[in-house]
Amino acid sequence: MEDLETIIGLEIHCQLNTKSKMFCSCSTDFRDNEPNTHTCPVCLGLPGSMPMVNKRAIEFALKVGKALNCTIRDESEFSRKNYFYPDLNKAYQITQYDKPLAEWGKLLIDGDNGEKEVRITRIHLEEDPGRSVHMGTTDRGKYTLVDYNRAGIPLIEIVTEPDLRSPKEARKFLNKLRATLEYLNVFDSEKEGSLRVDANISLKGSERVEVKNISSYKGVEKALTFEVTRQRNLLRRGQIVTRETRHFVEARGVTTSSRSKEEENDYRYFPEPDLLPLRVASWVDAIELPELPDARRERFISQYGVSPEHAKTLTGGLKLAEFYEAVASEDPALAATWTADYLLGELNYRDFSIDAMPADLFRELLTLIKSDTITDKSAVEILRLILDAVKDGKKPERPQEIVSRLGLAKTSGDQVTALIQEVIAEQQAAVNDYYAGKMQALNFLVGQVMKKCRGRADPGHLNTLLKEILDKKV
Amino acid sequence: MKKLTFHPDDSVHAFITTIPEVTYGDGPLSGVTVAVKDNISTKGIETTCASKILKGYIPPYDAHVVTLLKNAGAAIVGKTNMDEFGMGTTTENSAYGPTLNPLDHQRVPGGSSGGSAAAVAAGFVDCAIGSDTGGSIRCPAAFCGIVGLKPTYGRVSRFGLIAYANSLEQIGPMARDVKTLSNLYSVIAGHDSRDATSVDKPYSHTPVSDIKGLKIGVPDEFFGEGVNPNVAEVVRQAIDTLESMGATAVPCTIPSMKYALSAYYVTCTSEASSNLARFDGVRYGPAVGTLKSWHDAYSDQRKAGFGKEVRRRIILGTFSLAAGYYGRYYQKAQTARQMVRDDFERIFRDVDVIAGPTMPDIAFKLGEKSDPLQMYLSDILTVPANLAGVPALSVPCGKVNNMPVGLQLIGRYFEDERIIDTAYAYEQGGA
Repeated sequence: MEDLETIIGLEIHCQLNTKSKMFCSCSTDFRDNEPNTHTCPVCLGLPGSMPMVNKRAIEFALKVGKALNCTIRDESEFSRKNYFYPDLNKAYQITQYDKPLAEWGKLLIDGDNGEKEVRITRIHLEEDPGRSVHMGTTDRGKYTLVDYNRAGIPLIEIVTEPDLRSPKEARKFLNKLRATLEYLNVFDSEKEGSLRVDANISLKGSERVEVKNISSYKGVEKALTFEVTRQRNLLRRGQIVTRETRHFVEARGVTTSSRSKEEENDYRYFPEPDLLPLRVASWVDAIELPELPDARRERFISQYGVSPEHAKTLTGGLKLAEFYEAVASEDPALAATWTADYLLGELNYRDFSIDAMPADLFRELLTLIKSDTITDKSAVEILRLILDAVKDGKKPERPQEIVSRLGLAKTSGDQVTALIQEVIAEQQAAVNDYYAGKMQALNFLVGQVMKKCRGRADPGHLNTLLKEILDKKV
Repeated sequence: MKKLTFHPDDSVHAFITTIPEVTYGDGPLSGVTVAVKDNISTKGIETTCASKILKGYIPPYDAHVVTLLKNAGAAIVGKTNMDEFGMGTTTENSAYGPTLNPLDHQRVPGGSSGGSAAAVAAGFVDCAIGSDTGGSIRCPAAFCGIVGLKPTYGRVSRFGLIAYANSLEQIGPMARDVKTLSNLYSVIAGHDSRDATSVDKPYSHTPVSDIKGLKIGVPDEFFGEGVNPNVAEVVRQAIDTLESMGATAVPCTIPSMKYALSAYYVTCTSEASSNLARFDGVRYGPAVGTLKSWHDAYSDQRKAGFGKEVRRRIILGTFSLAAGYYGRYYQKAQTARQMVRDDFERIFRDVDVIAGPTMPDIAFKLGEKSDPLQMYLSDILTVPANLAGVPALSVPCGKVNNMPVGLQLIGRYFEDERIIDTAYAYEQGGA
């Protein structure tokens, strides 16, 4: 039972970060605004209003189509998806149905068993509906408020073939997809609700279950992991998995069955009569793609001599890759290690994105490390002080200032030699132990010197130097 | 700004709303009184589509044609009665009661732009704006003895026209004579970026009455079964008159006519079922009850708010789009529609205009067409032009039983000018 193959396919809705909405000129920058302030007759679906296609949204979708190696249809078509819901202002959503913009693509990901190609079924354009805000509990709502600010935000829906084999692999696919969309500059992953995922999951030989409306990257892995366990347990108990739609309850990390009749809608799709067929043949070739994650990874390896592992990490997000390139000049290898191994850890710990770290401060820090002015330990300390200041909303001090203020500069060679001599004079017993062959005595002596210079000496170097001096005295 | 007052003695119930004091500016239509069909959005003026479900709805914006009219100095004096959402051929399907034919109060004015036609025929206004989905301008123009044009699809912006069947309908001008109609048309035609189906073909034509050498196609189907022989005779005489002015009439056939009515009704009801789904009481119209679940509240609201014919068409349209039926109905209708287009294209290779009766009969008595199917059949001569998107107009060409008969002229795509000239020639020489 444990080894039943897990089969996962995803439907991903991404908001495109155009300035205006899909079918009108209302601004998409609504997140910090009062409800229903970013609306007009078109996105409110007032009687008589008509959609106007936002060319930029088409261009963005075409970029995604090309980046995911899709075949672009010369003539695609908008359709109406009809269903009643209070936040769906026209009682239909303008979407694409049997003639989507792009089809038959693929995305290369770092799968569970090495590199893997995930097939993309289709990519189509549509408009986001408004948002319902239910007052009271879900079971016994007092009333519902509707906000149409979100209505008409351009979305692309990306549908994959059932090529993913584990929740972790699904997560990895999403990470790669997100990176690709970021590189294309068509998507802002930091905006709330900018990505929503429906996942189809089955265990080989059983019915599939659709988990709807997962709104975070982590959520996808969690929801799918829950489903794998749930479905396996069902089968283990001799029960069957029923084909159904389930909702992911993020707060509890579980999926629940949605018995609602709404799920059995017949959407009565038909071509949107207010829009002409979308012909893109004349401009699709002119769309140029920027460097994408895989190409950038290869370049990092060849241009900066970064290790393949570091290159993969550093190109996993557009801002991170740009950050790395902004700090790489002095010493690319050192910069890669400090960015990938130290900085990312500190950022993750604080739930920060790369934006939190000012590149010029980090570059200064790297200069201090490279010139051997500070120890690695001090460098980490400086990193933390900077990030803590950012966290508290304060202006962070420059690394050089921190070094001066806290006296973190490495103790010079002469000073260290003098301190060693001091310690040898004070700790005669330990020195004798060392000569008697007790190696722990050396560690003790190193510790004493470190204490005297308050840790500002390189322990490895100190060890060698101390040994040298002691051995000379014999 | 100048002002005029408007207090018509509206005994025929042409208007749903009148505007007693109207301001207007300068321009080609300065001071010309225009009535606007109540399915065209007017900022600040209630726009109901003659439906209870839109009672109290005051649009916050003007339809593109209304903006154009105001900019041209026209005085919009009222909103005219119609069949609810344009669904009807008599203007009897109005939540506000029927409009009467100004020439005979026992008869209907035709529909669905019956209020606009009656307002013009009764002399309340200089001209009017209607909309034509399957004959809704031409039918009332014929029944009321005025001129009405359904422009080539795309020539007038539909932005602000409350949609009944988007792929079929056009806003168009109605007037007592061709010159006034032409003036009104030159104001409302033209490109509008807010309507994606709008075409950049402005109209700036002065009608000329010289039709020497014009070739007129006369389709057999327009004089066949179901057409009142007296009406057919009056129209044949009109075509003879055109011939006497130098035109040549040649017989032709439109075999796809036998599918046209079905294709039309499947298409328009399908689109309508989707267009009218938004009327749920949440955003406009009488508010829904809040004590029920939204699904039940919608159901109640729509049952109470829509008239019988509208509900019938919504159900028909919902059915023809349903999974498993789409291929048999909606899709097949589109195939038939293409056949109609092909027929017109073929005929227009040999002739310049097509002529025939606008309606198979004269204006019906009120309540005469109580069977919906009988009513639908009366659209047979007008729907082909909507299915194909070609321009068509109706111009008065005589009387039967003392009621007017309309001569329908159908033209090539974007050759609205030619049918207007033909109508003008007839009007100048024939009347």
